[in-house]
Amino acid sequence: MATTETKTTYIGSPVERKEDARLLRGDTRWVDNMTLPGMLWLAVVRSPYAHAKIKKVDVSRALEAEGVVAAFSGAELADEWAGSLPCAWPVTGDCRIPMHRPLATDKARYAGDGVAVVVAESRALAKDAAELVDVDYEPLPVVTDVEEALADSAPLVHDEYDGNRAYTWTLQAGEIDTLFSEAAVTVKERYRQQRLIPNAIEPRSVLVQPTPATSEFTMWSATQVPHIARVTLSGTTGIPETKLRVIAPDVGGGFGSKLNVYAEEALCLLLARRLGLPVKWTEERSENYVATIHGRDMIQEIELAATEEGKITAVRTRLTAAMGAYMQLVSPGIPLLGAWLYAGCYDVQGYDFECVGVFTNTTPTDAYRGAGRPEATYAIERTVDALARKLGKDPVEIRRLNFISEFPATLASGLEIDSGNFHASLDKALELAGYDDLRREQAERRERGDTKQLGIGFSTYVEMCGLAPSRILGAIRYGAGGWDAATVRCLPTGTVQVLIGTSPHGQGHVTTFSQIVADQLGVPIENVEVLHGDTTVIPLGMDTYGSRSLAVGGVALYHATEKVIAKARRIVSHQLEVAEDDLEYASGRFTVKGTDRSMAVTDAALAAWTAHNLPDGLEPGLEDTYVYDPPNFSWPGGCHIAVVEIDTETGAVELDRYVAVDDVGTVINPMIVDGQVQGGIAQGVAQALYEEAVYDEEGNLVTGSMINYLVPSAVELPNFELDRTESLSPTNPMGVKGVGETGTIASTAAVMNAVVDGLAPFDVTDVDMPAKPERVWTAIQEGRR
Amino acid sequence: MKRIGITVNGVRHEAEVEPRQLLVYLLREQLGLTGTTVGCDTSSCGACTVLLDGESVKSCTVLAVQADGYEVTTIEGLAENGKLHPVQEAFHRSHGLQCGYCTPGMVLATVSFLAEHPSPSEEEIRHALEGNLCRCTGYQKIVEAVQAAATA
Repeated sequence: MATTETKTTYIGSPVERKEDARLLRGDTRWVDNMTLPGMLWLAVVRSPYAHAKIKKVDVSRALEAEGVVAAFSGAELADEWAGSLPCAWPVTGDCRIPMHRPLATDKARYAGDGVAVVVAESRALAKDAAELVDVDYEPLPVVTDVEEALADSAPLVHDEYDGNRAYTWTLQAGEIDTLFSEAAVTVKERYRQQRLIPNAIEPRSVLVQPTPATSEFTMWSATQVPHIARVTLSGTTGIPETKLRVIAPDVGGGFGSKLNVYAEEALCLLLARRLGLPVKWTEERSENYVATIHGRDMIQEIELAATEEGKITAVRTRLTAAMGAYMQLVSPGIPLLGAWLYAGCYDVQGYDFECVGVFTNTTPTDAYRGAGRPEATYAIERTVDALARKLGKDPVEIRRLNFISEFPATLASGLEIDSGNFHASLDKALELAGYDDLRREQAERRERGDTKQLGIGFSTYVEMCGLAPSRILGAIRYGAGGWDAATVRCLPTGTVQVLIGTSPHGQGHVTTFSQIVADQLGVPIENVEVLHGDTTVIPLGMDTYGSRSLAVGGVALYHATEKVIAKARRIVSHQLEVAEDDLEYASGRFTVKGTDRSMAVTDAALAAWTAHNLPDGLEPGLEDTYVYDPPNFSWPGGCHIAVVEIDTETGAVELDRYVAVDDVGTVINPMIVDGQVQGGIAQGVAQALYEEAVYDEEGNLVTGSMINYLVPSAVELPNFELDRTESLSPTNPMGVKGVGETGTIASTAAVMNAVVDGLAPFDVTDVDMPAKPERVWTAIQEGRR
Repeated sequence: MKRIGITVNGVRHEAEVEPRQLLVYLLREQLGLTGTTVGCDTSSCGACTVLLDGESVKSCTVLAVQADGYEVTTIEGLAENGKLHPVQEAFHRSHGLQCGYCTPGMVLATVSFLAEHPSPSEEEIRHALEGNLCRCTGYQKIVEAVQAAATA
């Protein structure tokens, strides 16, 4: 393919978002906004018990209620399903993936498990009638703790298995035993990754419109994955893929929680098919807390072997990871997205990783922003600090000693980092933070026994995103590819229509992708129209998750545009009667070398459309599609520094400053990238300091609403001080990397390292997350003894 | 059912509502004003914030019957003659929104706040928006937007 010289106009600029105006005016397309003639409302009856035999379900009282059209128990619908709700990632050959019907039939396995469904003429009537469904439960013993679930005596979440272990996945490299036995120093740590609730502010919503005349179904869903939903729901419902159109219109945040295929989508499809009328379901927040996936929930044991100087030689990790009651779309694989990263950005020789996935009587876990990589970064960054403490070294010094510094670099765990510069991001962050001054102030406060102690925490990180090379996905038993697609269509009017297979829900794809195409084709950004999230308009796509949209979809778009330019070159060469090689291309215009004769791509588009004078054999039209399968993951990295102030009398932790220097390769829109980083940091900080989903012994979700689950507000967070280094990715022609998850991946470790650093005068070496005042205060009291 | 009279964005409406009907569902489902969104059921997130006689309220905690006789401003009523309100404009310029779901509530809370505090400090802004949750932005650019709107 000919390379083109493009004068950059938009790429790298903080172009204001094209998405904003209508969102700001309230001209929105949230699924819940939609009403269709004859539309019915669906409500799900959910088990109040975390574990109970379903002895009898009686829907007769509900059926008699006002406005009720239908009501069914799980058992009554059991035979109508063509298959289970999907789990696309059986991580081992013997990975246990239990049958997961959209409604439970034999027993409820978590508080919130759907057992019956009611369809009525309004939202309120459906909800009223759901309360009239009589379910006779026989409560069973409950297990919600991931380690207790592995005990021989633990209640079985799935009776068909001989225990709650779902899988054991391992990865080894190097002479791990020798490296540990010969190590001058070892440190071993144990961390708890508490369970988190994603909290996209838009609850999920689904509307299905059946078209009986053609046996077609259109499903609007607040989903990140319309394409994946279409393929998999076809399997669950038996509706042929060709008869199912999935539309993700405006979607109000996802953070992984909408990277899933849910029971309510299948139920709306099934009921719309049975009743021949549109069926809608919208989640309430309290329902969201039990019915939408959770994140994290694992115990980590990590051990480092090192030399006397602190050079790390080997890392050994054992994870015990909660799957919850069922396997959702990618539940088993989530902890493994961190499997290669437990040595972080450090050069080690030995690597030993094991993850045990475990069923518990809890809401299923699945992807939550970062998905496996925040956990890995947390473990290695906390443990590197533990090593520094043991050796009496500064955490900066120990990091420098161990950084991977030559690229491409093959990790001990086996993957190849294509680019990076960890020393540069650390240097920049230290300068921005004023590290020496911070340490001086910390020493002064310690010296005078100040009740407000300062803690400084680092997280130097690398992560793998841009999911993902299809061959690697195949090798780790994921059920789909990692490619994405884009189509560029130059219309005769000069407008460029772009179809993307990614499915944004706040990331600003319309703006960013317009910037790319506008620069390549030399057209005003207003003339680029980006369409997304409709499987009929855009049949090819793999959707949005894992910081893949730019690193995979954006690169597909770049290549599709190059194909269009190559075809335009043929047309222009024919029309201007010169050889293709005699044409120079810049900013959307071909010029005959050494002359002022030229022709714009947009004129070539018109010529391609009229087709009056095209080269022999050339197809009319100027449009092309590119399907891009990335040859490698995307490898952002950087250095985050958190500064906390700890009130030693109350245990309150205040995040005083936060410095982040990230390396995400080429930046298309710095304003949008900053927004992604800031939002990501906020969620990672929230895990460190505020958020925790708690179950009681009976399996009730104690933190069942936004009242007792602390989603941080503007008051809890400071301004973040951001900067960047730019190591361009050599993997793709734009040099771009993913950015959506970096903030979350890096920040939890930085904040907790700061908390522990601040508590050093009290000999505190660990505090469970979130570092609430009572936990910090207790740690101080115990440390003082 | 109870009959109420309510002025929304300058337009007078008569509506039959159930006594339990929340104002937000009157707006969204009976009047078709879907700009106002619902994010929780505990009055925690503020997505549903509207102005009731100029004061910001969470319309998921106000019964429709309580709004009888009041003037309501929703996000649809903020722009004038097709021109964005200065607060909307500031959110756009400062990238104070990503997915946009919390945005109508965030914008209206800001309009109400700035009317009473025309030159707020950063800390005052953060406290004023405590009842409006955003999961996308980390609030930094929202705060910048409010500061920009205050000086606009």
